[in-house]
Amino acid sequence: MSLVRTTYGRRAFIQRVGLAGGGMMIGFSWLASCKEATPEEVAMMPKEWFEINGYLKIGDNGMVTIMSPNPEIGQNVKTSMPMIIAEELDTDWNNVIVEQAPLNTDLFTRQLAGGSQSIRQGWEGLRMAGATARHMLKEAAAQAWQVPVAEITTAAGMLQHQATGQSANYGEMASAAAQIEVPEQVELKDKKDFNIIGTSRKNVDGKKIVTGQPLYGLDTYKEGMLIAMVVHPPAFGMKFQSMDTSSVTSMPGIKDVFTINTYKEDTPRSFSDIATFNEMVVIVGETTWQVMQAKKALSVSWEEAPNVSYDVDFFGGSLTTEYPAGLENTKSHHLKMVEMASKKGNVVRKDGNVEKAFQKAAKVLERSYSCPFLAHNTMEPMNFYANVTTDFAELIGPIQTPEFMEKSVAARLGLPLEKVDIQMTRMGGGFGRRLYGHFLVEAAVISQKVGAPIKLVYTREDDMTFGNYRPSYYVTYKAGLDENNNLIAFHVKAGGIPESPLFANRFPAGSVENYLAEDWTIKSNVSVGAWRAPRSNFIAGAEQSFLDEVAELAGKDPIDFRLELFDKAIKNPVGENNDYDAERYAGVLKLVKEKSNWGTAKPGVSRGVAAYFCHNSYVAQVLDLTMQNGTPKINKVYSAVDCGIVVNPDAASNMIEGGVVDGIGHSMYSAMTFNNGEPQASNFDKYRLIRHQEAPMEQEVHFAKNDIDPTGLGEPPLPPVMGALANALYKATDKRYYHQPFMTNKPFLG
Amino acid sequence: MATYDLKINGKSHSVEVDPSTPILWVLRDHLQLVGTKYGCGIAQCGACTIHIDGSATRSCQIPVSAIGTAEITTIEGLSEKGDHPVQKAWLEHDVPQCGYCQAGQIMTAAALLNSNPHPTDEDIESTMNGNICRCGTYLRIKAAIKTAANSGTLS
Repeated sequence: MSLVRTTYGRRAFIQRVGLAGGGMMIGFSWLASCKEATPEEVAMMPKEWFEINGYLKIGDNGMVTIMSPNPEIGQNVKTSMPMIIAEELDTDWNNVIVEQAPLNTDLFTRQLAGGSQSIRQGWEGLRMAGATARHMLKEAAAQAWQVPVAEITTAAGMLQHQATGQSANYGEMASAAAQIEVPEQVELKDKKDFNIIGTSRKNVDGKKIVTGQPLYGLDTYKEGMLIAMVVHPPAFGMKFQSMDTSSVTSMPGIKDVFTINTYKEDTPRSFSDIATFNEMVVIVGETTWQVMQAKKALSVSWEEAPNVSYDVDFFGGSLTTEYPAGLENTKSHHLKMVEMASKKGNVVRKDGNVEKAFQKAAKVLERSYSCPFLAHNTMEPMNFYANVTTDFAELIGPIQTPEFMEKSVAARLGLPLEKVDIQMTRMGGGFGRRLYGHFLVEAAVISQKVGAPIKLVYTREDDMTFGNYRPSYYVTYKAGLDENNNLIAFHVKAGGIPESPLFANRFPAGSVENYLAEDWTIKSNVSVGAWRAPRSNFIAGAEQSFLDEVAELAGKDPIDFRLELFDKAIKNPVGENNDYDAERYAGVLKLVKEKSNWGTAKPGVSRGVAAYFCHNSYVAQVLDLTMQNGTPKINKVYSAVDCGIVVNPDAASNMIEGGVVDGIGHSMYSAMTFNNGEPQASNFDKYRLIRHQEAPMEQEVHFAKNDIDPTGLGEPPLPPVMGALANALYKATDKRYYHQPFMTNKPFLG
Repeated sequence: MATYDLKINGKSHSVEVDPSTPILWVLRDHLQLVGTKYGCGIAQCGACTIHIDGSATRSCQIPVSAIGTAEITTIEGLSEKGDHPVQKAWLEHDVPQCGYCQAGQIMTAAALLNSNPHPTDEDIESTMNGNICRCGTYLRIKAAIKTAANSGTLS
């Protein structure tokens, strides 16, 4: 057992702060949220609930309601975060009801879905919330039974005092526990005593999902609600000029057509407010179909936009976002990248002397890799419900960054922060796109303007052509081997539009005596943002593909070659800021080597391997494919993952399987290109996403077993599989794959 | 505007809408049956799949005027208690991640098993190929369909 202080640097555990802070725990809505509660559900409900702390309350019959603090985008935190609380509460998971918590920055920390950090950063606070409640229940029982609290034990929602034979379920002590003073410190369970964490529990929303219950922002319906859609410029580098609304205003159901400025010039913006288009046309009407028809009929004139720049707050620092004027093309993007790659970059890290080392190297290999922009393409398009009155803004919908957007909406509308209420819905995918909530501000501004509740709906085309895309990247690697085939020099020069994918301190930094890392960037007015495993989602595949080729040049097995480098990084690391644990890195490679029976050839099957570290976790993958009529069929992918303690193993495997499919799909098929600033795909007829027939036929997931506090899981499985795929394709076709999407395997120019 | 009497999930519904309105939006906007999802609007993703007289159909492509007396089944009406073998198999395999596409996947799978109770892997892949899952749960979808097929409870 370990003791932790419960204060946690916040007001989170001042008892009943929720009630004092606006009655947030009142109006318990479990029954209300179910259209028709079943008799079983009604029978489960207690007569009375007792709030123990902001994270949980206990019913008089022992039922427990646990609030899941973070936004749910499909990463399954709505199940796994409450599991952590339930573990320390020591209750029976079958008696737990999970609710999406309200946005409350006093009670909860980091209500954000991003960076694969929900579990990692929530871990201690969630455990503490459960442990605190358990302690208060024990105190209540000790007082009731007049016995020392230290003699009371708990198990599966029951309190027991062995010596006197007394016992009670949590419900019986809940009322008294709610009156107990919150302890200053509490004991956490020994990890070896976990009986919920580490066991597979089903998705708490599973039944609602498979029966089509309203869960998503787009499902929001309120009496009197109108539908709003935007018409944004058709190309990056364009802006609104004028429009003729005459053909539209008389169309059935159409209420209003006007333009809005999402942000005013003086609206303070965070990184969550990044969006190229600011002024756009809005059509408001009664139904979605009517507004869609008006959108098609509306005639808008656009003109070229000037240079635009604004500052955004990035976790306390200031970033300048710049959009130069001009209409850009994918072909000129590529030529500019090739030109930049040929020049000297900014030196980010330098160990030893690479120039000298390359001069004396026996063999030198240099290769360049590229990838196109990618759209996020969440299956649920951007949308938000807003009801803005003179003194209050109610917003409901899918957003990964509600804390930041609450501030933006308040600033934009001129309302105090406490007069903006954002309710989080389950999201039909995030992948980073909903870190950027301009659509939420648009909804608020529209509602304010029309004086009615509205639901802003993006069509698929709006969603795909108004992206904050994964940037286009380009990287050149150069490696030098000595006469004994040891890697003695390594040079990485990475850039992109508009950011570089370089992680200068990641592997192989630290394992090579002479190492140089440089970056460069090219400005663009194409809006970009974080896309699942930002930067890693390209550079991992490129690096792992390059190392495969270097291993071949060295005449070494690709896994042995990497393990040699890790060995060096473990025993005699070069430099000081190496951003990885070489033993854990090597650990997943060894695990995947064992589980995939690496080295045993299967006839006709081509294998590739890759490993990568990002978002605090380590993943190694082996991918098997066969060529069928010139098309790769992926037979199997083995993943070995070290993310510390695995909270919900089956769901974690699901996430890894999905990341593998996502990584294969996007590196193999997907691209967004631009012609005169115009996105060249606007729907799934032109934008290729991986489908059933192209997905791996089998997957195996293995976790490294340790008791390290949990780290990221949503993003880490995606980046390395791109390398494993490229390396397997090489084995199958005898061609190296340098340019994504691999199905074309050349710089993708549209 | 015209009035249409629709048979949906065994019940009659009367709606007054423009004849061109796709059944998807009649369900979602007029009847608040929002389990059927909008994904692309051009029959490319399968999120809006419903059954029309038992056949899996993209509801974004069928105007309400074309329905006539056909019987519509949506995810809400696939079973009374959410216990259709396909739904049960989906829960057993804990298929969903974000979950948004799953109603469409389930409706396509249920129609497949109706017409082909013991599909091969190839049958499953080719039938399901029109349903995109952005989270990549394809493997679990295939496993769940096999479980449903082998459950012996398909009627």
